[in-house]
Amino acid sequence: MDDLRKRARELLEIRAVNVVIGYEQGTSGRKRAFFAEKPEDAEKLVFDSTCIQNLASYVTKREIRDKGKIAITATLPVMRSIIQLASEHQVDDNNLLVLGITSESRLIEFSNLAEMETFVHQYQIEIDARHREKLEKLEKMTPAERWKFWIDELTPCFKCYACRAACPMCYCQRCTVDFNQPQWIPVPSHQLGNLEWHIMRAVHLAGRCVDCDACYNACPLGIPLNLLTKKMVEDAKSHFGGYQPVLNGEHLMSTYKPDDKDNFIE
Amino acid sequence: MADFEPKIVAFVCNWCTYAGADLTGTSRIKYASNVRIVRFPCTGRIDYMLLLKAFAEGADGIMVSGCHPNDCHYTSGNFHARRRWIMFRSLCDFMGIDTRRIKFSWVSAAEGAKWAEIVNTTVASIRELGPYNEYKLLANKPVKEVTNG
Repeated sequence: MDDLRKRARELLEIRAVNVVIGYEQGTSGRKRAFFAEKPEDAEKLVFDSTCIQNLASYVTKREIRDKGKIAITATLPVMRSIIQLASEHQVDDNNLLVLGITSESRLIEFSNLAEMETFVHQYQIEIDARHREKLEKLEKMTPAERWKFWIDELTPCFKCYACRAACPMCYCQRCTVDFNQPQWIPVPSHQLGNLEWHIMRAVHLAGRCVDCDACYNACPLGIPLNLLTKKMVEDAKSHFGGYQPVLNGEHLMSTYKPDDKDNFIE
Repeated sequence: MADFEPKIVAFVCNWCTYAGADLTGTSRIKYASNVRIVRFPCTGRIDYMLLLKAFAEGADGIMVSGCHPNDCHYTSGNFHARRRWIMFRSLCDFMGIDTRRIKFSWVSAAEGAKWAEIVNTTVASIRELGPYNEYKLLANKPVKEVTNG
């Protein structure tokens, strides 16, 4: 990604931005987030298919926002996250420059978010075949089997909240689980609290999740918690139509249609 | 389980179902006494976490009820609630929570008889399903000791 390094260097040299958020070589062959603040830092920037962390989760962080102008390396899911964040008034178009990376690893710079939105809207959010198969397999089970599956999966969770930290949409300064009056979700690792936490997370992401899998990638236990958000994506699509983050417009869960269809309300 | 009396928590909106349930009473219609009514300003205020808490505290069934579509006192609270219920119910089902135990309904202030009927059928169906042991078992498990080893 010479283009990316070159452009990042340029931007930092002319002080067009104060920080470029990208990836660098981490340990064990993994890539990790990197914040280039000096022109020479740009040499460290890398990009390949193993750069899976969703960097959009940094743009809402105070430490980063305080730096002023930000440039961010963004793959398609990251761009979607940024659009969703912007529509929730969490990012400032004037302070954010997106260095987009297409699926063919081509650098594409957007002068504003509206331009990026046009690019992003060429692609639909689709659950990939492997995960769709997993969802269908679960849906075919009896409720008792599903219950067992999820209790078994969620029991080891010790609520490190890595899934929350990795998710760009979980930007609340104070999350429901951080409250203790009332204590909605018990602090220790307990099957009930674990179940409640994962339900809460999925419901809060309903209609907002861009299906980037950052939560699953961050989970130290490999809990398939992305299946829950994927299920929400599928449901939102099938019940409420189009599923695409938009800069201007209502979110699926903060709006309604008088003729929304349900089959369970008497 | 002949002597099982289901515990049911009903989350209802102040303007329609609560008034409807009031009408059931003033009309002297008898209905099952298993239901504990919790009054909310609007169905839009009925947080899904409260439903989970009701199960955790030992409810065998839950009823959620409010104004019919287009009748919301706040114009759109029930429409918003409906979207949330659609998603929440589907997620619960996906996680194996027994959604037969959560009864959603629209009951207006004039539908005292409907309220009695819905309570009675819900109580009967929960009675048939038996106590919600799976959830109670989960909720009552002691927290394992935390060790640093």
